Amino acid sequence: MKPQKIAIAVDDLTVAYNYKPVLWDIDLAIPEGVLMAIVGPNGAGKSTLIKSILGIIDPIAGSVAIYGKPYDKQRKLVGYVPQKGSVDWDFPTTALDVVMMGTYGSLGWIKRPGKKERKTALESLEKVGMLAFKDRQISQLSGGQQQRVFLARALAQDAAIYFMDEPFQGVDATTEIAIINILKELRKAGKTVVVVHHDLQTVPEYFDWVTFLNVKKIATGPVKEIFNDDNLTKTYGINYKVSIQQ
Amino acid sequence: MSSAQIEIQLIASLVAIACAIPGTFLVLRKMALISDAISHSILPGLVLGFFITHDLGSPLLIVMAAISGVVTVVLVEFIQKTRLVKEDTAIGLVFPALFSIGVILIAKNANDVHLDTDVVLLGELAFAPFDRFLINGFDLGPKSLWIIGTILLISITLLIAFFKELKISTFDVGLATALGFSPVIIHYGLMSVASVTIVGAFDAVGAILVVALMIAPAATAYLLTDNLKRMLVLSVFFGVFAAIAGYWFAHWLDASISGSMTTVLGIIFLFVYLFAPKRGLISVLYRNKQQQVEVSLLTFLLHLNNHKEVNERHINHLHEHINWRRVQSKSVVDLALKNNMITIDDSIISLTEKGKNFTDKAIDYIITNDDSKIESIKEDFFLFRG
Repeated sequence: MKPQKIAIAVDDLTVAYNYKPVLWDIDLAIPEGVLMAIVGPNGAGKSTLIKSILGIIDPIAGSVAIYGKPYDKQRKLVGYVPQKGSVDWDFPTTALDVVMMGTYGSLGWIKRPGKKERKTALESLEKVGMLAFKDRQISQLSGGQQQRVFLARALAQDAAIYFMDEPFQGVDATTEIAIINILKELRKAGKTVVVVHHDLQTVPEYFDWVTFLNVKKIATGPVKEIFNDDNLTKTYGINYKVSIQQ
Repeated sequence: MSSAQIEIQLIASLVAIACAIPGTFLVLRKMALISDAISHSILPGLVLGFFITHDLGSPLLIVMAAISGVVTVVLVEFIQKTRLVKEDTAIGLVFPALFSIGVILIAKNANDVHLDTDVVLLGELAFAPFDRFLINGFDLGPKSLWIIGTILLISITLLIAFFKELKISTFDVGLATALGFSPVIIHYGLMSVASVTIVGAFDAVGAILVVALMIAPAATAYLLTDNLKRMLVLSVFFGVFAAIAGYWFAHWLDASISGSMTTVLGIIFLFVYLFAPKRGLISVLYRNKQQQVEVSLLTFLLHLNNHKEVNERHINHLHEHINWRRVQSKSVVDLALKNNMITIDDSIISLTEKGKNFTDKAIDYIITNDDSKIESIKEDFFLFRG
């Protein structure tokens, strides 16, 4: 196997809320071009890990490097899909306008989005099959459609690395397939995609890389090598038999 | 109209516009109550500024008051972050404390000046034209017009420059942070603008009513539009309308101008709350009623579609089969007849071609949830619109 470039390097990352550690001494080296799932029980710190990589939460120790440099130097390389529940969907705005927000990062302060940004946003909506809903008020979209809009917004960021916080939460099977196909296309285009994921059954089918997390890192590596009952048991604490048929 | 009347209406309108802009974002951020807190806790700032300058018109008063407004927000957030009390409790703890310090300072030291508690609470717009802005004896108009005009100009400039940043940090703090737009700076920027605006509006409308000018226009506009820019424009419009209508209302009643403005705002909100086309109470109740009827109709048609046996389709026993009250089944049968979806032959109900068609499409839609399936029946039925 040829040596792969490391897209995301996390070193000794420790995060605490009110002095209670939620992530303890995490080391990760995520190679470029993988589609990686972060799995672990509730409260394992999966979202926290993503948020601290993106500078949304300040860690109490450790560092993060995106292609060798700190995150705030590499913002434009990184796209983010937050949890759907983290925003107010009654906000007075349209699907297109939300997707346009993905282009704000490349614009920087004060500069306003113009034709080019609009075009990028429309293309992104088309990729997720939501172009027909561009003028729809966001509260008038179904849960799956809202998730697609969020995905389109990340695509509009035109990043090299994507972080997605539970993109399959509350979506139906059709949308789940549509989303995973887009993620696979991103990987094919050489992007690195990191996804907080809950459905263990679909891990081998969807992903090629996996990180087991439960406050501490349990294991990280290719799905084929490390996605086994042993690591699942270590992560979830119970004698876990997913018995994946491979 | 006398020039004083025009000046008062002009000041009231500018105050309304200046309040509507930060007010819109406060409403969207679910922080309406913080404007109430700021409007009270700027008082100690005003009083201290007055002690330093001995001049009620000094810009230092505005600066000091704005600082105490921001201090309020910082204190509220500090108390809240300890997680020992909730946010609304923290607000309730902070602003009365600061306000009462202001009240005591006035009572002890400033009894001989115009800073009395009535004016602090309610403002007095009618006196605004008496305090002139003079340069070398040349009259440039009322001082408060200049003060609120300057504040409004700054506020509009900031709004235009940072509209995108305000929008993204209000809608999605996480993404705003990840993209490098510091939501903390935007937050305190907005709080500073709100504080300065409240100080500027204070003279005109006082500590209690300024809250109405911030919140009511935005809350009204929120019921009418799905577009942030339009919401801002509508807020401004409602604010100005209330300012001018309120003035004439007060003129007619010979009552307080600020009180009348707020009353007009209340009436506008009530009107929109009841009659707004999509989100108004009446429209919502009407739509619910319609949907109820349509669901009943669909249930009825599905029943006919599923049962070929005659006894299941007898008009007098239908209510037993679908477990409806007799009145309800009668109104549904009438509705279906009116739409040519059924025929009644010898008390036996059958679906017409149109009824069959409609039922099939409706089933398709329910199963696939695909909007294109029902384009043709959408117009007739509310059920499929939302």
